[in-house]
Amino acid sequence: MRDSKPILLLEDDTVDAMTVKRALKDLKITNPLVRTANGEEALAYLNDENNARPCVILLDLNMPKMNGIEFLRVAKADEKLKRIPAIVLTTSKDDQDRVQTFQLNVAGFIVKPVDYMKFVDAMKIVNLYWTLSELPNSDQETSNAKLETDNACRG
Amino acid sequence: MRSSKPIMLVEDDNVDAMTVKRALKDLQVTNPLIHQVNGEDALTYLQNSNGNKPCVILLDLNMPKMNGIEFLKVVKANPELRQIPVVVLTTSKDERDKVETFQLSVAGYIVKPADYKKFVDAIKTLNLYWSLSELPGSAA
Repeated sequence: MRDSKPILLLEDDTVDAMTVKRALKDLKITNPLVRTANGEEALAYLNDENNARPCVILLDLNMPKMNGIEFLRVAKADEKLKRIPAIVLTTSKDDQDRVQTFQLNVAGFIVKPVDYMKFVDAMKIVNLYWTLSELPNSDQETSNAKLETDNACRG
Repeated sequence: MRSSKPIMLVEDDNVDAMTVKRALKDLQVTNPLIHQVNGEDALTYLQNSNGNKPCVILLDLNMPKMNGIEFLKVVKANPELRQIPVVVLTTSKDERDKVETFQLSVAGYIVKPADYKKFVDAIKTLNLYWSLSELPGSAA
């Protein structure tokens, strides 16, 4: 990745999460991996100001409590979170999932290859692309966000 | 690209547009390239292109009439268009441009390398990623 911030993974399946971790290690990607098991946990992580903001979010869709699409609805409506690129990483080939997540402005939709070597290749391309691409400074307020904060302060 | 739909390039500089075209050709990317010279022309095309929407939009920022950020504001507020991934392709390293375009949900922000070989490498990575990723269109 272009910066050294953590990668946030939303994945309820522990084995799948370990596979992601292993692939990142095999590719010598040094960004820390923060794993949360569902959308609710991910939001709790993101909303805690003591935690480092991730450079990208990799998200599964089918998860208990709060699934990927429900998570995207919240994150993409939040001025402080919407700028973080979210990439779907799923086994779902459902057309509706694809259309719905792109409507919610995901920055990629990757169907996980079952074969480990192919999965590593996929993660390699994800890493290449998000190393080439610039990433937004997570701390800088936009003029809009700043305006809202100013208004809120004024009460 | 994963789909055979066109790639839309919004770029006011003709030489830069030719460089993109040449890089796609050198990489044997066969998607047709639709070149529009500003946001206004690009919107007109998108609003009249029922069956032939692009698979991705490559967007310059500094353009006359309607610039890249103004274009993004319109596209991302339109339910028919917002699902198309938009990747910024610019020479601007301005932090405000990065934050503002990611706030508008761009799917990448590439600072154009001046060197042609490096530019081809960048387009190669872009093509790899959008060949790996699914795209929103039906039967993409």
